[in-house]
Amino acid sequence: MNDPAVSGTSTGTGLTSAGRGLPDEPNVPEAGAKVPESPQPPAGNTTGTATFTQRGDKIFKAMAVGSGGFIVFLIGAIGLFLLIQALPPLLSNQVNFLTSREFQVSDPADLRFGILDLLLVTIEVSLFALVLAMPTALGIALFLTQYAPPRFARPLAYIVDLLAAVPSIVYGLWGLLVLAPAIAPLAVWLQSNLGFIFVFAEGTAKAEFGSTLFTAGIVLAVMILPIITAITREVFSQTPRTLIEGALALGATRLEVIRYAVFPFGKSGYISASMLGLGRALGETIALTIIVAAVAANFAGSLFSGGASFASKIALAANEFSNPTLTGAYIAAGLMLFVLTFAVNALARTIIARSGAQA
Amino acid sequence: MKLKRHGAVLATAAVSALLLTACGSDPTSSGAGAPQAGGANAANCGGKANLTGEGSSAQNNAMAVFVQAYQQACDGQNVAYNPTGSGAGRKQFTAGLADFGGSDSALKAEEEGPAAQRCGGNPAWNIPLVFGPVALAYKLDGVDNLVLNGEVAAKIFNGQITTWNDPAIAALNSGVQLPATPVTVIFRSDDSGTTENFQKYLTAASKGAWTQGTAQKFGGGIGEGRERSAGVAQAVGQGSGAITYVEVSFAKDNNLSIAKIDNGSGPVELTDATAGKAIEAAKISGEGNNLKLDINSIYGTTEPGAYPLILATYEIVCSKGYAPDVAQAVKAFMTVAATTGQAQLSDAGYVPLPESFKAKVMTAIQAIA
Amino acid sequence: MTATIDAPATGPTFMQVSGARKVKDRIATVLVYLSFAVAVIPLVWVVYTVLVRGLGATLSATWFTESLSGLLGRDPGGGAYHAILGTLLQGVVCAIISVPIGIMVGIYLVEYGGNSRLAKTTTFMVDILTGVPSIVAALFVYAVWIAIFGLPRSAFAVSLALVLLMVPVVVRTTEELLKIVPTDLREASYALGIPKWRTITKVVIPTALSGILTGVMLALARVMGETAPVLLLVAYAPFINTNIFEGNMASLPLMMYVERNNPTAAGTDRIWGAAVTLILIIALFNVLATVLSKYFAVKTK
Repeated sequence: MNDPAVSGTSTGTGLTSAGRGLPDEPNVPEAGAKVPESPQPPAGNTTGTATFTQRGDKIFKAMAVGSGGFIVFLIGAIGLFLLIQALPPLLSNQVNFLTSREFQVSDPADLRFGILDLLLVTIEVSLFALVLAMPTALGIALFLTQYAPPRFARPLAYIVDLLAAVPSIVYGLWGLLVLAPAIAPLAVWLQSNLGFIFVFAEGTAKAEFGSTLFTAGIVLAVMILPIITAITREVFSQTPRTLIEGALALGATRLEVIRYAVFPFGKSGYISASMLGLGRALGETIALTIIVAAVAANFAGSLFSGGASFASKIALAANEFSNPTLTGAYIAAGLMLFVLTFAVNALARTIIARSGAQA
Repeated sequence: MKLKRHGAVLATAAVSALLLTACGSDPTSSGAGAPQAGGANAANCGGKANLTGEGSSAQNNAMAVFVQAYQQACDGQNVAYNPTGSGAGRKQFTAGLADFGGSDSALKAEEEGPAAQRCGGNPAWNIPLVFGPVALAYKLDGVDNLVLNGEVAAKIFNGQITTWNDPAIAALNSGVQLPATPVTVIFRSDDSGTTENFQKYLTAASKGAWTQGTAQKFGGGIGEGRERSAGVAQAVGQGSGAITYVEVSFAKDNNLSIAKIDNGSGPVELTDATAGKAIEAAKISGEGNNLKLDINSIYGTTEPGAYPLILATYEIVCSKGYAPDVAQAVKAFMTVAATTGQAQLSDAGYVPLPESFKAKVMTAIQAIA
Repeated sequence: MTATIDAPATGPTFMQVSGARKVKDRIATVLVYLSFAVAVIPLVWVVYTVLVRGLGATLSATWFTESLSGLLGRDPGGGAYHAILGTLLQGVVCAIISVPIGIMVGIYLVEYGGNSRLAKTTTFMVDILTGVPSIVAALFVYAVWIAIFGLPRSAFAVSLALVLLMVPVVVRTTEELLKIVPTDLREASYALGIPKWRTITKVVIPTALSGILTGVMLALARVMGETAPVLLLVAYAPFINTNIFEGNMASLPLMMYVERNNPTAAGTDRIWGAAVTLILIIALFNVLATVLSKYFAVKTK
């Protein structure tokens, strides 16, 4: 899984510009106010520029606005076209799409498919990954911004970013062939000693085989770690120096500086970064396809279960996408995944927006 | 100027990309199997240079063998086979988008009309060219000569038998010390023709013990699914007590034991010969050169020494109605496939056509016009 | 910055730090170092696994120059040339489509959008697009390209799906860089009577171009490792195909996926060899991005 956050700057924009207080930021409206061809529509075109210029400006502006509109249109189109393809099978579905745990689509005359199991598996494995990745990412971000000597911080940050450069199929193979056997003893131990907690209870897949959500969750955690870290690091490094120095002047230890200055400042960025990581985990396809066992039994909540997430269910059927009705059923599952990631990302966005208003 | 510098960078990138394109090549197929004498003579090379085929992924590796043999026999000719699945293969063939279709099952009755239309009003033929034996592969400490039959296999795969020392298994394996290890069933988690055919076999050979259908998804309701053949074979190798159905090459490459199948006339080991025997005994339900098989005659065979669990895949071709150059190329390719192409099949995990069956196939191929 | 924290924190002159606080601080320090170690373990482990299993294959003489055409599953030899070419082709075609769109959207957001409703919606939608899983992008292209238009699977369909993943990254980068282009430059240009669109294309964009190129490289590195789109939208070919509109085409992730189902030693070599190659290419693009940004750093003064 490779992520835009590799750069540390690209995805960080939306988050950090609020807190960054770049001197240039108010430029845009300012520049507009001074120039005839301003964003304020009525003011434009009144000064005596050549018609050529006016036309060029108009065309260019139309292209820019059109591109902006295109993005909005694109999101709508994704939802719309998935819906168009999903609708026929949804209408002939014999069970409730949202609450059924069945997924029988081999007989087009008797479609029975529901997404409840997919939804539960997707959410549990992603949350598990998040639980593992969030504290680790926080630790790394603090290490890189507050602890590591500055001359090491950059190369070390680069190493973490490198984790994002490894393609997901490599993670999948590594997870199944290398990690799963290595952590099998831990998995078995957890199951036999902490089995009374429902997430560690005996599930539908054998812990010693390792094709469980437990293994998959750990792999997912490794995959989303760089995303969360990159953004969190960025936010933490924006902590105003006055805050830090103020705390130090009061005699705070390094931990207290973090607790009272750095963390409160970067908290919302950290949370929204985690949400982005969650969004990424929800949609991860090939690693889960390779690692997690398929099982017939319903998902009961244990991490030592098999099952399929939305994405892996689709990928497993991709070989035999020939019949439109059958394909439509999987597209319906894809549509639900889209809605889910949409919701998570929108939530992340809201958190940023709210904290931006505070800052 | 900044722009010029950027331009230079882009130009360098473009040039190096071009250089890269120019320096690579498809290797000239050498080494792997010198062309057998007679192969080139039997096929009348020529016609359309790049044939297109589409369909079953189960015969993909056999296609690679055939294409290699075809390239050696007929210089400059090639076949692009697109393994998109059987249903897609039949559809693309009928739509005229593929010169031939590959399919795990023959054209269905309702598909025959449109297929004939595509062939200019002539019937399309199902020619079973690729047979892949499926192994009941298992790993069980201390047991490497297990015998199963259709009924017991069905009960294992639908969960009625849960331990290896079950009396039903013991009855077939007198003298073998069976451990009380629980049975772990491993199945294919992706949709596959192998699963479909395995379940067809269980339906035909289990005396009613298998009622879980014949879909492309495993219907047994127990066990753990793994992604594709490599996944199931690897999983079985992982723990004692696991069993699966998988193409024979995967079982061998993962050092798994392969169960003998008792078809009612005694235990049969999986070999080219025993699988060939089942193919020879197969009944053909199609008419004339349409070699559509009565698949249950293979799965339900009681012929002594015949291994019944075989996945049969067809090439679907027009009997007549191809453009002349396409007809020539299809005939040449199929001829090579049925003759010299058979030599390497065994290594790729398939069964070479037995002689008598090959004769039928050749007759059909020669009749394509 | 951290240096300035270090200095006073180590030598508190006036205050004695109490024992409990000291212990807490130590524990926190240990935890922080530990978490970094924890992150390094999987990285080293993955890279080690890939190198040990795959480096041998990539060192063969023909790995970077030949395809697998005509070779059977168990035949040694051949190479990943067809897959490398496919990966680069699909990536480049994706970039050719994404970069103009992405830059225009970035320009719109910074230079024209202001606080308009469309600009806000666009920003929001770009964020959503950033989070669209690759399999959803692939399904979308499948739904439109294959199910509705009835076109065959092709490398171009893959590129289209990758566009959905790449555009938001290009937009974000462009937006970020255009924001830091100094106003002085724009105003100087306006003062010369140069219209806004010429100012943007001749002054603003060239100033930010190197940074945008960096972003494009990083985005490319990301999309080239995607497996889900190639799985749905194109079939694998073991031979060289340069026609993006027709026929099967290999790419490194697809080669790994296909060869994964090859139980022979040659198959194992091909999987991990392709993995090494893919990581190498992605790392190369990352390095290229860093070099580009260093070499043509935005001149803000």
